[in-house]
Amino acid sequence: MDWKSSDPVPGPRAEDHLPHTARAAVKIVIVGGFGVGKTTMVGSVSEIRPLTTEETMTQAGVGVDDNFGSDSKTATTVAMDFGRISITEQLVLYLFGTPGQERFWFLWNGLFEGALGAVVLLDTRRPEVSFDVIGRLEERGVPFVVAVNSFPGAPRHPMRELRAALDLSDEIPIVECDARRRASSRDVLMTLMHFLHSLATARAPV
Amino acid sequence: MTPPRRRRRDPEQQPPPGPAPAGPGGKEGEQRQPERLYILTGATDGGERASIDLVTLIVACADPQPTATPEQSALLRLCRSPLSVAEISAYLSLPFSVVTLLLTDLLAAELVQARAPVVRKATPDRSLLEAVMHGLEKL
Repeated sequence: MDWKSSDPVPGPRAEDHLPHTARAAVKIVIVGGFGVGKTTMVGSVSEIRPLTTEETMTQAGVGVDDNFGSDSKTATTVAMDFGRISITEQLVLYLFGTPGQERFWFLWNGLFEGALGAVVLLDTRRPEVSFDVIGRLEERGVPFVVAVNSFPGAPRHPMRELRAALDLSDEIPIVECDARRRASSRDVLMTLMHFLHSLATARAPV
Repeated sequence: MTPPRRRRRDPEQQPPPGPAPAGPGGKEGEQRQPERLYILTGATDGGERASIDLVTLIVACADPQPTATPEQSALLRLCRSPLSVAEISAYLSLPFSVVTLLLTDLLAAELVQARAPVVRKATPDRSLLEAVMHGLEKL
């Protein structure tokens, strides 16, 4: 990295600055298989153009074809798109769209730690892609809702069948959405928030 | 053809209220959750290391000094108004772990301030959830 002093500093556009009063942030993670519309959903509700953060992960090359034969380790760059919604002058919500393959997001240290919850974005053409993600969320106790992104021509399953195929308990919401539409994506986030609220209410001491 | 079906999994352990426990090994050869990794800096005195989250908000306390590295200067200029670590990583095109490393030094030198994220606790704060819901309604 060698920026010259004359180079403009990369940074947010004037309208993308957070106010100085911003004190705290929360995050929601959107998980789903490749091409299911995570970035589309992030982009449709974000107040900033979606940004990309990445992490380089070095793994022992176990079970990985080592075509180069020179190194026992492989470095994988995992990119995550994210967006932002200012909730109040003090509070900011970040949305992270993360690759569905568990070997990626499981390695991303701290992604789910402290997250309010997760949205599992499902493509009914390939629901099995999300099975493992859902299992991992269950194991880690991360509350989640399932959103079915309605692709044109995708098979439309009755929600009851889908719930059975996903083996979801009755209280976990499944909703249909169009990730391209802000209102629809917002409604998915609201569904998650209502679900989290009901969990909090159920657990709260009287 | 039978459509694929999934089988439900159970939480590895119900987290009791209080500090998050390191759960015992899962069942059926499940791997334990990996220990959280910490970035090692020059100072290895075993003291508390800054735990930096993707959504920790960073604010610069001072303008960059001429002695600052280009990366430090760029970061300090970026953070004249609060910015999340994820955004810093994106704008500087640096991996999250590299930004964490930079911030660890800047925090130690008190050149930046970190505003910790609000995290989900065992008993979530309903007023926080309601604030988020209210904010989303305005979208």
